[in-house]
Amino acid sequence: MFDNVWLIPLFPLIGFLINGLFGKKIKNETVIGGIGAFAVLCSFVVSCMTILRLLSLPIEERLAEVKVFTWITSGNFNADIAFLVDPLSCVMIMVVTGVGFLIHLYSIGYMHGEEGFYRFFAYLNLFMFSMLLLVLGNNLLLMFVGWEGVGLCSYLLIGYYFHKKSAGDAGKKAFVMNRVGDFGFLLGGFALFWYLGASHNVWTIQFTEIAKNSHLLPTGGIVTVITLCFFLGATGKSAQIPLYTWLPDAMEGPTPVSALIHAATMVTAGVYMIARMNFLFIRSPETLMVVAVIGACTALFAATIGTAQYDIKRVLAYSTVSQLGYMFLAMGAGAFAAGIFHLMTHAFFKACLFLGSGAVIHSMHEALHHAHSHDDPQDMRNMGGLKSKMPLTFMTFLLATIAIAGIPGFSGFFSKDEILWQAFSNQHHGSLNYLLWGMGAIAAGLTAFYMFRLVFMTFYGESRITPKAKDHLHESPMIIVFPLLVLAALSVIGGYIGMPKIIGDALGGIPNYFEHYLEPVFRYSEEYLSQHSQHTALHPSHAVEWGLMGLSVLIALAGITVAFTMYVKNRELPSRFTATFPALHRAVYNKWYIDELYDFAIVNPVKAAGRFLWKGFDVVIVDGAVNGVANIVMAFAGVIRYLQSGFIYNYAWTMAFGVVVILGYYLFK
Amino acid sequence: MSYILSLTTFLPILGVLLLLLIPRESKSLLRSLALGVTIITFLVSLPIMTGFETNADFQFVENVPWIAAGPFVMRYYLGVDGISLWLVMLTTFIMPIAVLSTWTAVEEKVKEYMICLLLLETGMLGAFLALDLFLFYIFWEVMLIPMYFIIGIWGGKNKIYAAVKFFVYTMAGSVLMLVALIYLYFRGLEAGFTSFSLMQFYSLNLDPQTQTWLFLAFALVFCIKVPMFPLHTWLPDAHTEAPTAGSVILAAILLKMGTYGFVRFAVPIFPDAAYRFTPLIATLAVIGIIYAALVAMVQEDVKKLVAYSSVAHLGFVMLGIFAFNQQGITGGMLQMLNHGISTGALFLIVGFIYERRHTRLITDFGGLSKQMPVFAVIFMIVTLSSIGLPGTNGFVGEFLVLLGAFESELRWYTVIATSGVILSAVYMLWMFQRVMFGELDNPKNQTLKDLNPREIAIMLPLVIMIFFMGVYPNPVIEKMDPAVKKLVSQVKRSNPTAEAPSAMQGLPEGHPVVVAPAASSGNSVIPAGATNTDEAR
Repeated sequence: MFDNVWLIPLFPLIGFLINGLFGKKIKNETVIGGIGAFAVLCSFVVSCMTILRLLSLPIEERLAEVKVFTWITSGNFNADIAFLVDPLSCVMIMVVTGVGFLIHLYSIGYMHGEEGFYRFFAYLNLFMFSMLLLVLGNNLLLMFVGWEGVGLCSYLLIGYYFHKKSAGDAGKKAFVMNRVGDFGFLLGGFALFWYLGASHNVWTIQFTEIAKNSHLLPTGGIVTVITLCFFLGATGKSAQIPLYTWLPDAMEGPTPVSALIHAATMVTAGVYMIARMNFLFIRSPETLMVVAVIGACTALFAATIGTAQYDIKRVLAYSTVSQLGYMFLAMGAGAFAAGIFHLMTHAFFKACLFLGSGAVIHSMHEALHHAHSHDDPQDMRNMGGLKSKMPLTFMTFLLATIAIAGIPGFSGFFSKDEILWQAFSNQHHGSLNYLLWGMGAIAAGLTAFYMFRLVFMTFYGESRITPKAKDHLHESPMIIVFPLLVLAALSVIGGYIGMPKIIGDALGGIPNYFEHYLEPVFRYSEEYLSQHSQHTALHPSHAVEWGLMGLSVLIALAGITVAFTMYVKNRELPSRFTATFPALHRAVYNKWYIDELYDFAIVNPVKAAGRFLWKGFDVVIVDGAVNGVANIVMAFAGVIRYLQSGFIYNYAWTMAFGVVVILGYYLFK
Repeated sequence: MSYILSLTTFLPILGVLLLLLIPRESKSLLRSLALGVTIITFLVSLPIMTGFETNADFQFVENVPWIAAGPFVMRYYLGVDGISLWLVMLTTFIMPIAVLSTWTAVEEKVKEYMICLLLLETGMLGAFLALDLFLFYIFWEVMLIPMYFIIGIWGGKNKIYAAVKFFVYTMAGSVLMLVALIYLYFRGLEAGFTSFSLMQFYSLNLDPQTQTWLFLAFALVFCIKVPMFPLHTWLPDAHTEAPTAGSVILAAILLKMGTYGFVRFAVPIFPDAAYRFTPLIATLAVIGIIYAALVAMVQEDVKKLVAYSSVAHLGFVMLGIFAFNQQGITGGMLQMLNHGISTGALFLIVGFIYERRHTRLITDFGGLSKQMPVFAVIFMIVTLSSIGLPGTNGFVGEFLVLLGAFESELRWYTVIATSGVILSAVYMLWMFQRVMFGELDNPKNQTLKDLNPREIAIMLPLVIMIFFMGVYPNPVIEKMDPAVKKLVSQVKRSNPTAEAPSAMQGLPEGHPVVVAPAASSGNSVIPAGATNTDEAR
């Protein structure tokens, strides 16, 4: 049925091998970039065929597993290289290969002339391969392979400009923080495998098998432990509190990387993982609460930092952290479909924003270069007035910004509003729901503010670079603009496949296609809930729902208005604000000093411990003892020591013979 | 009777005899001959692998009386099973690489050097293949002496200190083992045994107290060799001072003698005691993992860093073995092989840059990626394998070890050990970053040459193995599986409680599920009883 699904990850792997092994010899950028992009295009085509075939099946048959070979077998443990095709994995492969292909195209233009062009495309293809393994793997271990693989590619691509120390540091930080998450992922996997095996004799790591046997699992207890471990993994990969600090630093990588890995695909892996194991998470009210609270806090916290950054990519990075927070809020509310929906729309508009910012940086870089200026091309304080210079980039950027800000009619509105509504009305968290909604709504206001602040600072007003440089600002070539146009279009219309029910009803009964499509994936959770719901679901009236929706739109509009006032109409306001609240501004600008806190509380103590153990314990205590004994022996055997220098050979053999002699004595006595 | 094991074991000795005939001035001939001998040994050993049948028995057995001592006969008794098979293959595989690694670095006393390497190979192969305790002991000693010379004669600045330290540590262990062996001999006589055959001693039912003492004696010997914390301090010095080939062999094979000793001797002969001392061993293993990682992190010398990483990796092996279940021991065995490949490769890499710059200090490097792109790729692959990234060999072993240990009673140890995966990424990547990334600002590094064909030829087989074992480890696992099963049953037989599911112990209990009345509406897919968590326990 889906026999060719293994081709989907295979194409990028082949692309990686060709560019990785021979790219240096090929040299021709068009060929290298062409191979890279074509490999992903092939995957995209196969993905389209796969999802079409899936849609042609009746709903209850939309599940298939394709085994390639047995990977590890040991005792009752078995892991295959096998792929899982279901509605969830199909959404993911469509997003990954679709957005991935556009970003590959864009990269051909963006990376033009860079040293190590082939290296870039090799890594990018390797990333696609790993990401596709992650979403297609039918078992925990294969997912983990992809999980680590994308982490590796992220590391390699963040450190792409490896001669820069900051890039190397950022790459390492990303990898290590992800490893902290992996620690949780591994433990969660161990605990799940062991629990199901030891107490129910179900030894499996296959998602479908675990799902089928999920009725054996209790509510809470061990499941809470397992799911919290997995969630730790998700916080690492998806940059949530407390492991989010690597993502802003990851902006050291080339911009297409930020768009692909650190916005659209990899960082959503944590969300995907929770959706994939929804039947576990739904069984632990405690974990759901933790997920929801962490999600809401991250959404709000990161949004605050985003308001005070000047680096265009850093603003977008914090925005990503914040938007991921929304997705986790959805997961925590048990609204898995809504979370995945936001994952998809976010992939469209955030990829568009990052690629747009890349186009801006590219243009700024060239302009500054021509003017022999050393100003930072990423600093928004040097930008301004780009609207007329880069009209297409501006248009697409604006559309994506409207989408993320949550203005009705755009994709971001539908997905974000669905999440806020679910946060408010879900049956899991009681009165905590109001707080969750409130945090989400405030974050939405902040999002609108910092995004429009970005737009106004970058595209509006007067250019703030020298006139000489200004003349060199220009629109990007077609290969860069084309992906922007496609992504902008998707940011606008992408939301209509998943319209919230209340809007669909008002428009004459348009169903939420997306939610229905994903229903089979969350079947076991639904069954569980229908039998175990302990809290009565809140059923607020339609009036409330409309009211909340209106309120969130108003908050967003307020955010835009403030941004407009501060950055277009009355431009000395920001400086007056920082002058009035210097401490607050400094704290926000410095990201609330969280990095410094981690250094102080974790990094430095660990290093100090290492140093102490080495110099203190290893060298002084253990070696001291050993050398002490050795010295005594040597002093005692001073004479032998002199003999030894010439006759080591004899001495050693004497030892060996000594053994024989002693043994012989006992044998023959 | 097939003689393939003897042939493999003593081919290097044959090479020694040939080397003796060659004048010491013709260095290149000496080198080529030694290389030829190790390659032939590898080729000769291949049929052991291909002809090995997947069962738990010892195969290619050679068993002849050797030294008769009254009723008791020392036997020349060799055989290979799934546990020793891969270690033998690892040995013959690594040796040509080791010989090639110091092709140009060793110019002094080439003849003696090559003789030492070949003697060492015979010693190691013999120790892995011997099934007679006395024979094992002989090979064990044979193996130590050349290593001592390799460190002491061809080593670095502090070679004498390192060599003596190595000798003191290992000899202290050997003497203990000898005492234990002699005691075992008497117990064997009492039991009416006629030889030192390992099989017989497996069936020797010793009282708990005797087991305890004997186990401790053997364990101490093997712990030194592994090395286990806190007996590890000889290792960083030995590694740092040894020439590249010495470090490679030491890391790849000699350390495995310790873990192999546990699997082959200490655990199956004294299963009760092994079981009883599990908490102690596991504690030391876990301390080793964390401790060595922390110490590795702050090393200034690349080679010392790699040496400490060895201690951490071997900690995983020990944890796996003492999980006493299928996954744990299989993982431990795989980890031994993987560590041999990855850490061997790391020492080779350190050797490459040492030969070029005559320094190993991390701060002397930086930005080498620009100057040495091929080296950078290989170094990166090996680093990732050492970190245990999925897709490379390091992952499979580490994962099975942790999985096995988690299923056993060592659950909480596993939780701590798993944090080792974070630390290994920290120290390896940090080192890699400081050596390879950044600006190429040291003028001495700006003229470095990338790897030459010989060096690439050395690394290529290792890189291939890194991926093969990572992607398709099952052929290796399958061959060791029956032997591992047998070992598990040996421990289990004497400790029926060892594998009893101790489920839920120490973990939070699930709260009983309140089944909502609405749920009993008939069309439930979930069997009603199954939601009862009492049944779960």
